[in-house]
Amino acid sequence: MATDAPALPKGITKGTRPPGLIADRAFRILALLAGLMVLVILGLIAVSTTREAWPWFQAEGLNIFTDTWDPSKNTFGALGLIYGTLLVAAVAVVLSLPISIGIALFVTDVAPQRLRRPIVYTVDLLAAIPSVVYGLWALFVLAQPLSSLFQSVSDATSGIPVLSTIFGNPSASGKSFMTAGIIVAIMITPIITSITREVFATVPASQKEAALALGATRWEMIRGAVFPHSRSGMVAGTMIGLGRAMGETIAIALVVGASQRVTANVLGPGDTLASVIANQFGEASGTQRSALIGCGVVLFVITILISMAARAVVTRADRRAGIA
Amino acid sequence: MSATPVSLTQSARKGRRELKNVVATTLIVGSFLVALIPLTFIVIYVFQRGASILSWSFLTEDLPFSNRREGGGIYPAIIGTLVITGAATAMAVPLGILGGIYLNEYGGPGIFARIVRFLADVMTGVPSIVMGLFIYTIWVLPRKQSGLSGFAGALALGCLMLPIVIRTTEEILKLVPDELREGSYALGTRKAQTIRRVVFPSAAPGIISGALLGIARVAGETAPLLFTIGVVSVANFNVFEGSNTALPPQIYTNANTFGGFDAAQDRAWGMALALILIVFLFTLIARIVTTIYTRRSTAV
Repeated sequence: MATDAPALPKGITKGTRPPGLIADRAFRILALLAGLMVLVILGLIAVSTTREAWPWFQAEGLNIFTDTWDPSKNTFGALGLIYGTLLVAAVAVVLSLPISIGIALFVTDVAPQRLRRPIVYTVDLLAAIPSVVYGLWALFVLAQPLSSLFQSVSDATSGIPVLSTIFGNPSASGKSFMTAGIIVAIMITPIITSITREVFATVPASQKEAALALGATRWEMIRGAVFPHSRSGMVAGTMIGLGRAMGETIAIALVVGASQRVTANVLGPGDTLASVIANQFGEASGTQRSALIGCGVVLFVITILISMAARAVVTRADRRAGIA
Repeated sequence: MSATPVSLTQSARKGRRELKNVVATTLIVGSFLVALIPLTFIVIYVFQRGASILSWSFLTEDLPFSNRREGGGIYPAIIGTLVITGAATAMAVPLGILGGIYLNEYGGPGIFARIVRFLADVMTGVPSIVMGLFIYTIWVLPRKQSGLSGFAGALALGCLMLPIVIRTTEEILKLVPDELREGSYALGTRKAQTIRRVVFPSAAPGIISGALLGIARVAGETAPLLFTIGVVSVANFNVFEGSNTALPPQIYTNANTFGGFDAAQDRAWGMALALILIVFLFTLIARIVTTIYTRRSTAV
């Protein structure tokens, strides 16, 4: 056999690198570095905020878990703020979840086909309104009517043992845990709706049709076919909504009031980790500033744990679906 | 199955079961209507209050030196919002697109890509105020007063945008059919060339609309800007130097002005309208791009 080498393409002599190899590798490395940025940023957030918050951890020790936040006495216990964050988020999720599931069902199973897209766009508009505009509206429009509503709720429940503690002492300005919870509920509705809607959309049509063919009403079909199939997705959606509610800052800062105590009084003023940072950071220095940054660290840890848990629920559900 | 056995006779169906179904359907339709109430109220109220103060001079004059003064405009805040959001976009979008390309084209199901994907999801959940504190500790604090600038705010907003752009880019790239990649490889191109010349262009409209939604989301953010950009009353076009201002923190401070001072309140509503219009504009463009894109791809 003849061993003549095939003619090389123009511009290439033996021994040179194949064309484009370096650019190809460079692009790969560039993309990899971009992906790495996520890791780097998260790491930097953890390190740099913890470092600035360290003086607070040192000064207060385990006292950071008491509810004694008082800049005038230079004591900064964050328990009241952690409690406020959980309370506002819980109120928001309890109010928002049924509505969100209702809207999601409306879109996937009830509304006529041609209306579905406009409905989704309309609900998404709620997510397009900036947080500060919600806060502005809640402060100047919603707070007054709410405060008179709170007063009548408080009057109606004044003799009843547990309820009178929860609904006693409504704030006259309308700034309260409940007001903050209501406005945050509106803000997280599009998020929970869009996640549950996507989950409901993955229910196999055959299962729904089977239920209907057996004579089930639409509601029975939803209970028997849609909900069992979507349980973990609904849990994950709720947790993501909860995480958003806890991180919400400005709308809460405008309407929650300014009391850093642990109190069962839902209609009274309170504060959250995020809103106390927004409201006090401007004038803070020394331990107070480091305590506020520390509140950020606590918030960071809580929200990360929640999104990890949400991911874990989804992954476990995916795996189970893969086996089935 | 959690459903309890039910009687399927016609008469049983007509009774309580039918009633339950009607009640449930009413609640489902009702929940959508309930969500419409705050949306309509807020939008109408902001447009009414905002329109009564919005005028040419309101849009083009400098801010008053103090929120307690009457008059003045919001020009510096509009400029600040546009410059800071623009700078954040210039940093986060290219980086995010590259990250998304890494996840879908290079990393795939590998362990490292799985970690990055997971962390990007986690990063989406990081509260915006924490991003503000982060940039404050790492950028503003070491530079003292000169650290307060539009750029610091842009860094914070960019950090919020990055994971959004990464994940939407990845989702869009997943939709690009493998036949396109294979066809390109068959012609002897390298992977990077295939991505740049074949994969990316066919995914571009989707990626652009994802980026626009990311911009719309961060343009309305207040918390990351509160202690990173400082405050000025005249327009500052220079992102890198000098304090800046933006619509969201101005709305916040005007709303918080002690005693609900009327002129400050009016100013806040006017700025709220301007901000909503900017955000809705980006959202609308994103929707239009998506619609054109999906129509074209289904036509093929």
